Amino acid sequence: MIAVIDYGVGNLFSLRSSLKSLGLEAVVTADPAVIRAADRVILPGVGAFGDAREKLTAAGLVPVVQAEAARKPLLGICLGMQLLFDKSYEYGEHQGLGLVPGTVCPLEPDLTGPSLKVPQIGWNALQILRDDPLFRYVKNGEYVYYVHSYYAKDCTESTLAVSEYSIPVTGVVRSGKVYGTQFHPEKSGDTGLRLLKAFAEL
Amino acid sequence: MITKRIIPCLDVRNGRVVKGVNFEGVRDVADPVEMARMYNAAGADELVFYDITASFEGRALFTDILTRVASEIFIPLTVGGGINTLEDFDRVLKCGADKVSVNSGALKDPGLIPAAAQRYGSQCVVLSADVKRVDGQFRVFAKGGREDTGRDALDWIAECVANGAGEICLNSIDTDGVREGFDLEMLDAVSARVNVPIIASGGAGKKEDFLELFGHKGIDAGLAAGIFHQKLLTIRELKEYLAKNGVEMRL
Repeated sequence: MIAVIDYGVGNLFSLRSSLKSLGLEAVVTADPAVIRAADRVILPGVGAFGDAREKLTAAGLVPVVQAEAARKPLLGICLGMQLLFDKSYEYGEHQGLGLVPGTVCPLEPDLTGPSLKVPQIGWNALQILRDDPLFRYVKNGEYVYYVHSYYAKDCTESTLAVSEYSIPVTGVVRSGKVYGTQFHPEKSGDTGLRLLKAFAEL
Repeated sequence: MITKRIIPCLDVRNGRVVKGVNFEGVRDVADPVEMARMYNAAGADELVFYDITASFEGRALFTDILTRVASEIFIPLTVGGGINTLEDFDRVLKCGADKVSVNSGALKDPGLIPAAAQRYGSQCVVLSADVKRVDGQFRVFAKGGREDTGRDALDWIAECVANGAGEICLNSIDTDGVREGFDLEMLDAVSARVNVPIIASGGAGKKEDFLELFGHKGIDAGLAAGIFHQKLLTIRELKEYLAKNGVEMRL
């Protein structure tokens, strides 16, 4: 069973529907006992880092996520992925969960292409740098859907895949059992579904 | 690199997809759920649903359709039409929309875009602007293109972006339904003013129109309805043609 952590950030409709369409048993929950009992965890998230971190703290879920991350596969999606890092510089400086080494920084000052927009909204090709069971059903160069203004840096060691946006933007990371995707697999069509299927089989 | 996006637009009234020509004289086309499935299979990068229903029953039917589409199609869904309050945002987001497009609602209530951007993030807020040339000026129109607001479109769009709109869908009333190409002059003017993604809408008649469109800097997506609905051009054929001509496409 997959526990999808519900801490009041973002829209879980598509994530829930996509897991269901794969025939996977998933429960959307903020209950630590359910999260502990699950065999996999997904940490979703849309919005601002500071606010999300506060909500996760207020729900009492920070120690739960940190403890479970060592025991079972965990997937952070979009802002949920950014929360996995040490800290973020989105509107100030915020502490992350410290599950993946690295920092989250604004995209705009680092871009080198003059006409590139922030947020990056759209489909971008996934360049797989390091093979992983998560890519069991996904080929190099397949397109995934991104919506973000911040990205993870200083995480070369844990980066599995990037997408080119004048610079290589961190797309997928892994540290131990902890995975993160900057893009939205639940919005990335068939490619995204295949990635979620692989996660469920880890 | 990031791809250009091809987006079919489904205008839904009383549970059916209709397509207007110059925003008038709507014709019945087909079942929206069936069409969404077909466009997804054909490689559409995103789907836009506009609710052009006026009645309460029609609205309930629309949210039901949206829920059904969002339960089985996992590409971004944008919803517009009848979005006047944060409760309207909430209603369609709960049914599976990813982005919400506001038009008349933002003109009526200037606080709507900033409030929505704060609650849901800018990436969720699309400004849909119906624009037409009047006395040598680009003017914003309200009420489905029927009412001249007297406002300068470029100023209006820039103001909405400053207030939190994360994307612009620019509908040229002048080229809508004419099928002689997108309104490149209008698009260039908007692209020079704002730095958020721009979706071009109105005027697509053939695949060459899209190639010309993407030759213009700052245009991220092309939206069309009639030519796709009437199968004058398939999404697959269009995307293959664009890719062959050097436009980055998700195939």
